[in-house]
Amino acid sequence: MNKRSAPSPLKGEGWGGGEKPVDRPLLEIHGLQVAYSGIHAVKGVDFHVAPGELVALIGSNGAGKTTTLKTLAGLLSPASGQVIFDGKNLAKAAAHQRVAMGMALVPEGRGVFARLSVAENLLMGAYCRSNQTEISDDLARMYDLFPRLVERRDQLAGTLSGGEQQMLAMARALMSRPRLLMLDEPSMGLAPLMVKKIFATIQDVAAQGMSILLVEQNARLALQVAARGYVMEGGAITLSGESSDLLGSDAVQRAYLGG
Amino acid sequence: MEIFLQQIINGLVQGSVYALVALGYTMVYGILGLINFAHGEVVMTGAMLALSALTALIGWGVSPLLALPVSLMLAMAGCMALGYGIERIAYRPLRHAPRLAPLITAIGVSIVLQNLAMMIWGREYHAFPQLIINRPHLIFGAIINDIQIIIVVMAIGLMAGLMVVVHRTRLGRAMRAVAENQHAAQLMGVDVNRVISITFMIGSALAAVAGLMVSANYGLAHYYMGFLLGLKAFTAAVLGGIGNLRGAMLGGLLLGLIESLGAGYIGDITGGFMGSQYQDVFAFLVLIAVLVFRPSGLLGERLAERA
Repeated sequence: MNKRSAPSPLKGEGWGGGEKPVDRPLLEIHGLQVAYSGIHAVKGVDFHVAPGELVALIGSNGAGKTTTLKTLAGLLSPASGQVIFDGKNLAKAAAHQRVAMGMALVPEGRGVFARLSVAENLLMGAYCRSNQTEISDDLARMYDLFPRLVERRDQLAGTLSGGEQQMLAMARALMSRPRLLMLDEPSMGLAPLMVKKIFATIQDVAAQGMSILLVEQNARLALQVAARGYVMEGGAITLSGESSDLLGSDAVQRAYLGG
Repeated sequence: MEIFLQQIINGLVQGSVYALVALGYTMVYGILGLINFAHGEVVMTGAMLALSALTALIGWGVSPLLALPVSLMLAMAGCMALGYGIERIAYRPLRHAPRLAPLITAIGVSIVLQNLAMMIWGREYHAFPQLIINRPHLIFGAIINDIQIIIVVMAIGLMAGLMVVVHRTRLGRAMRAVAENQHAAQLMGVDVNRVISITFMIGSALAAVAGLMVSANYGLAHYYMGFLLGLKAFTAAVLGGIGNLRGAMLGGLLLGLIESLGAGYIGDITGGFMGSQYQDVFAFLVLIAVLVFRPSGLLGERLAERA
């Protein structure tokens, strides 16, 4: 696909807290290969996310998208290849250290702590931070962004509906004040109305300058909000480009958009 | 009536000790799904360390009122190091092994610790030095002495403290998060290995206190004392619902009471055929009954999904 770089209409003024845009991508993946329990799930993948960009990684079930995200978060180790975040090679960074560096993953299936209250889940998101004033400010901000969570703040997270849990998982990830937010299948298992809400929030967060890597099976939805997209198939990236181009491409139409 | 009250008092004292030890089992189970069968040996080590420290300090002419807390601190520090070491050496390498492997290792660690203790402290019973005048107090005809009062008050204080840590602090939140979902906890920036180590250390510190309590109450310590005590505390943890902190406390107290009342009345019930030497039987009757009728324990609901 071509490499037009028109600014996305989704982006707001700020590039992640008012920083000047830089040429260097926030996240760079070079030749990433991942194998686990005998499966060669990711077979040499290259992509990048620029600061303030919303990038979609789409593909069918089993294409290696979740494996890629887990590797970026440090839950899996790559067989080869490099993950560079903000200019730093993450080869030696453990999962918990990557959070402090500014990466946050909302995992597939949300991973909320069912036996912790909603408020406690949010505080877990701020685990790496120490400034209590900033943490309470951000808590208030999350309750603004997700009013549903306010009424349920003292409820155990396990009692929330799937959509509410997805909101909580996103809010919790944002509580770490990440510079890169990685979302794994945020639409999974949710009613259409809830999916709409979640995606509206993703757009909101992106508009505030957050860099987002969005993994989705629902290709149309993902490409509608993302500026650029990568299509993953069988552990490799087969197509990439501007979302509008991908949405219009015959290959993507046939394979993922059911037409 | 006096006998009944006396058995209640004895049961509460013994139950406090069980509860402290049961907490160690249940915390480790909650966070790793592992039954740390070496935990009873940590209790024994705590008792032995405290006793050695006490004897040495008293020998140097330190006043008992200073020697006691110092020995307790030393025993707690020693047991925390031991608990940390056990997890680091015996369990962490097997974190992703089949569940049977760490269980067998736990029994191995238990045997190693017993034998080490036997080599260090010998086979004989060690008398606990008479440090403070252990005054008896009469309540409605039943007797409770100073040491027993201290045991119950300290146990309640420690349990309350633990609940505050687990439910009101950042560390406690991290412990509960790790217990529930290690991967998700890592994604919050929690160093899971560190939290697991701290959990072992807290449980071991409580075990050290329990060890000192038992030896002070009975006036004796022995390299083999951890075995039966550990099994009973494990029973208490299962009774309350293993993995559940409140369950461990409740189970400990209940087991202490059941044992004490059982031992007190078994003679009457069987017309003198069986005596209080059958006390230990009650703990294991309780264990069997719980496993048969309510495997998840009184307050537990997680056993099914974990086992």
